[in-house]
Amino acid sequence: MQTPAAVDYVRATSVAHALSLLAQHGEESRLLAGGHSLLPMMKLRLARPEVLIDLQAVAELRGIKIEGDEIVVGAMVTHAEVMNSPILTEHYAIFREAEKVIADPIVRNKGTVGGSMCQADPSEDLSAVGSALKGSVVIQNASGMRTVPIREFHEGPYETKVLDGEILTEVRFPIRPSSGSAYEKVERRVGDWPVASVGTFVTVKGGVVSDCGIGLTAVGAEHFCSPQAEAFLVGKAPTAENIAAAAEIAAAGCNPSSDQRGPADYKKHLAKELTVRALTRSVAASQGD
Amino acid sequence: MTAVEEVPVSAAGNPIGFGNMRRVEDARFIRGQGNYVDDVTLPGMLHSAILRSPYAHARIKSIDASAAEALPGVHAVITGKILEGIPRPDLLGNNFAWMPTLSYDTQAVLATDKVRFQGQEVAFVIADSHYIAKDALELIDVDYEPLTPVMDAKRALDPDAPVIRDDKGFTNNLIVDALGKTEFESGNKEETRAAIAAAQADPNCVVVTQEIMYPRVHPAPLETCGAVSYLDKVTGQLTMYTTSQAPHAHRTVYAMVSGLPEHKIRIISPDIGGGFGNKVGVYPGYVLSIVGSIVTGKPVKWMEDRSENLMSTSFARDYHMTATIAATKEGKILAVEVDVLADHGAFNGVAQPTKYPAGFFHIFSGSYDYPNAYCKVKAVYTNKAPGGVAYACSFRITEAAYVIERVVDCLAQEINMDPADLRLKNLLRPEQFPYKSPTGWEYDSGEYEKTMRVAMDMAGYDELRREQAEKRERGEYMGIGISFFTEGVGAGPRKDMDILGLGMADGIELRVHPTGKAQLRLSVQSQGQGHETTYAQIVAHELGIPPEDIEVIHGDTDNTPFGLGTYGSRSTPVSGAAAAIVSRKVRDRAKIVAAAALECSPDDLEWTLGRWSVKGDPERGKTISEIALLSHSSLELPEGVEGHLDATAVYNPPSLTYPYGCYICVVDVDPGTGQVKVRRFIAVDDCGTRINPMIVEGQVHGGLADGIGMALMELIAFDKDGNNLGGSFMDYLLPTSVECPNWETGETVTPSPHHPIGAKGVGESATVGSPAAIVNAVIDAISPFGVRHADMPLTPANVWRAIQGNPIRVDMAVE
Amino acid sequence: MEVSMTINGNEITKDVEPRTLLVHFIREDAGLRGTHWGCDTSNCGTCVLWVDGEPVKSCTMLAAQAAGHQVTTIEGIEKGGELDPVQKGFVECHGLQCGFCTPGMIMTARWFLDNNPKPSELEIREAISGQICRCTGYKNIVKAIQWAAENPATNEVTA
Repeated sequence: MQTPAAVDYVRATSVAHALSLLAQHGEESRLLAGGHSLLPMMKLRLARPEVLIDLQAVAELRGIKIEGDEIVVGAMVTHAEVMNSPILTEHYAIFREAEKVIADPIVRNKGTVGGSMCQADPSEDLSAVGSALKGSVVIQNASGMRTVPIREFHEGPYETKVLDGEILTEVRFPIRPSSGSAYEKVERRVGDWPVASVGTFVTVKGGVVSDCGIGLTAVGAEHFCSPQAEAFLVGKAPTAENIAAAAEIAAAGCNPSSDQRGPADYKKHLAKELTVRALTRSVAASQGD
Repeated sequence: MTAVEEVPVSAAGNPIGFGNMRRVEDARFIRGQGNYVDDVTLPGMLHSAILRSPYAHARIKSIDASAAEALPGVHAVITGKILEGIPRPDLLGNNFAWMPTLSYDTQAVLATDKVRFQGQEVAFVIADSHYIAKDALELIDVDYEPLTPVMDAKRALDPDAPVIRDDKGFTNNLIVDALGKTEFESGNKEETRAAIAAAQADPNCVVVTQEIMYPRVHPAPLETCGAVSYLDKVTGQLTMYTTSQAPHAHRTVYAMVSGLPEHKIRIISPDIGGGFGNKVGVYPGYVLSIVGSIVTGKPVKWMEDRSENLMSTSFARDYHMTATIAATKEGKILAVEVDVLADHGAFNGVAQPTKYPAGFFHIFSGSYDYPNAYCKVKAVYTNKAPGGVAYACSFRITEAAYVIERVVDCLAQEINMDPADLRLKNLLRPEQFPYKSPTGWEYDSGEYEKTMRVAMDMAGYDELRREQAEKRERGEYMGIGISFFTEGVGAGPRKDMDILGLGMADGIELRVHPTGKAQLRLSVQSQGQGHETTYAQIVAHELGIPPEDIEVIHGDTDNTPFGLGTYGSRSTPVSGAAAAIVSRKVRDRAKIVAAAALECSPDDLEWTLGRWSVKGDPERGKTISEIALLSHSSLELPEGVEGHLDATAVYNPPSLTYPYGCYICVVDVDPGTGQVKVRRFIAVDDCGTRINPMIVEGQVHGGLADGIGMALMELIAFDKDGNNLGGSFMDYLLPTSVECPNWETGETVTPSPHHPIGAKGVGESATVGSPAAIVNAVIDAISPFGVRHADMPLTPANVWRAIQGNPIRVDMAVE
Repeated sequence: MEVSMTINGNEITKDVEPRTLLVHFIREDAGLRGTHWGCDTSNCGTCVLWVDGEPVKSCTMLAAQAAGHQVTTIEGIEKGGELDPVQKGFVECHGLQCGFCTPGMIMTARWFLDNNPKPSELEIREAISGQICRCTGYKNIVKAIQWAAENPATNEVTA
């Protein structure tokens, strides 16, 4: 089996401690969350940090709670906890639907929300969820903390707004009563990265869409979303024609690459098809409130 | 064949003979007490790692291993140059850098002049730990001069294609096989072509031609390949613990490769975590572990990573086939021709009997009654890993069964005939057996229509077709696919079949101890097939000894007789027969001993299970257990009769056996995404006598999962730069519990007339028969969109593109 | 660095490199070979064991991360010579052939049934969907787990 290069290991006991360890060990140190993105890369020797700072004992980074009109998810919350969270399930079906198709049940016990967001894989499902819901992340450093909308969080593949010496501490999602949400993913096999995924939420008031979010991943959508499709749909009746037209716009804004998961024309088609399906189910779910 | 109800049950609750019996092997595996090669630790053992080429085709200008050698904990770094410098007075090459393949080609142990596939072995590091060995790999500096690789088999014979095997002085990439030919042909060529031409000209006939690819896939057993080798310098004994499906054959090959005397080589296959043909060949890593032990004087362990397994060990298939089928418009098949371009990779390492360079592919004429069939197979080198025969293929019968069942469905579509009706119209009839096919195979027995009707009943075939019609009205797309396959297994008669000159007969030994317990020593090698249980059942069936009193020993060449190992579903047909024969020898000896003890003539005795007794006076008799003690006692035996109760046998099968089956698959396809859901899979197998039905079903289940994998997701493709796109389990996708349906299995039993217990073997049947059923089902589902064929794997992308009329070429990178 | 953990109730302390993967610590340093490895990319599941009672792919964890925790391996499932119903179910239902995936499957199945004692077939299939078997085609593994769910008490099974 492949093995990592030599590395040192320390365990942080608090966010402040983790920040001081990052400062102490410098830019060749990496935060270790669930380890299910970082360790595979280290085994392939694509990542070679000198020090790993393990966050498993930092209690402040755990837990899911409601603060005002937002749901707050700690960075070290696992995919399994997201999937089974009564709070998240109560407010948005999209979380459970997405988590059921992320990785596999065993990996979900360890992989974390913060780890996945910071890994920033261009096919990351949680990025589509976060973008769809117009969520935000909180980043902490030695001087304080700042909030960054998820739609501004990604700088490029595997690159985010988290700088050296900083920690993403939580992810926040606005609560939207009477909205409906859904997640659609096409994968070659259970547990695979998406060929394409779309997640949406819709709020319908007075027979028209009052708010919606369309998140897409694995298809080269800028910031994992389509504000143009959202803008088109808001104020319109959630008919099949309008949904199809919005999906057309969302797909047009994608720039997928061909790879062994599929050719670009197919992925572009999926961007449209899955947007239609996710929006349709989101609308149906919203009217159920 | 004994029906299950008639078989007596032992004190431990096991059938004394055939029937369901819990497996003896399970006790250690459920406790995590299996002993696999990576579990083996010898005193002073060192670890190793192989440096592999990142390029598919490149000249090696220099290798500097000095930094690696200097790393603390590194004992040695071996390169091709060092191996070249070790002379070897043996038959198959003149230095250690090259070794023979099972197709009489040579393969580099470590690259010397060039690297010829991505992942090829370049250097071997021996170190105190696996971690240090991996560290050392990064310190070896190799200066490569990249060359243009040949990645498209269809372009390998272009005039301007780079020559891969310049080491052999070749001037092109055409493979010369073990028989000295560049093309393998079988069947009646002239009559077949005449029949096809006549059908072309006849308005009442049709001719359908279809290009059908069976892409490159990989057996991917869950345990990778490896070895622990120890050459004891004092005794001269080489002991190897290794993942080998054929320990005795490997022993002979190592004798030929290393120059070490064969009686000083001991190969031990402990528990093996799956073989599927991946563990038949001899890999450079095994040879390097031996070299490592020679160089260091210590045991050396080599265990490959999964990426090494997928990128360098024996792949399977990679056949570009063009099939032409001629038939009347009423569906009577007249002729089939198949032309094949075979991609063998950079070294010709296909593993099959010497006289069969295309394996048993020429059984492609299938299960149908028509007199004209012809195939020709041409093979090329490409800059890919060597192999080709693996992954439960029964020596290329996977390719053969797939092409005929696929093209028969293409025919059905062309003449607008139900594929079940088309098959029923053409299936061989019971009175035609033994049946000599146009390509020379003699099928032993079969009741094909009966088996097919069982499958159709289980599936509710007519009801499924009604459901399909209704769904199509609503714009829903379900498909029903049938596969009827015949395979030939149990290689084989030694006059026809040998591997590297070793005839494919199997030895066996049975010893019955004084207290009536027995030990059976096999030459075949279980990798999960349950031999420790089923072979005890065969002896129990013949001798009446309870199976729990029979120990089955296998896997150690010092403790077992010579034989050719387990692959190609050969164990039951060959060693299973041997087990019956050797048991009967013991039974015959027991009769003489019983007669001596009962003071009568052996002709006065009759046998009931476990006992010889006097005809007409059944109270006077001796059980096998009593006879065992008597044969070891002071009882005087007749002149010329030896004591004890042991026997050996070498079984040379008279012919192959021909298991067959009918499979029906039901799928639902989402045309908006191309996703395929396998709703049901019905599998009716006929493998003759079923020694342990529970184990037979387990074998079938596993092979059916292979079909799901290959039909829908498994693929090793390459890009034009030579990169292997299936080199990890993230890319080489294997089916999980979610993609596999709840298999519905059934059986018919048509014994083999020439096998001592009528058994035919079943290990690979489901892998052979299932892919066509699934592909046929998917194509059936999307045929309303005008699709006649699309190549495996039918990923969502491939299905969607097929629906658009623009199918994906699967062996190259997706564009 | 010194790494201490409890494995199957026994405290073990070894001096290992920080980069040592948990699967190697279990196999080589603790000498428990029942946990296997079969891939490089956390896909195959032959390395599944429990950390603090929850299944984890031990090839994707450092031993250092497990320091101070309770690890349970296949060797710790049998209690006082009594096989767990999951182990019995695998024998009863022919849920294994080569045995290589079996320890990981048993570990996941036991945890799954502890949290879902009356599962549906689909739930069972989803629970083991992160682990590969190349031999059984999964049907008998599912049956074995169903058997264990239906036979939670001690039964007369010899293995």
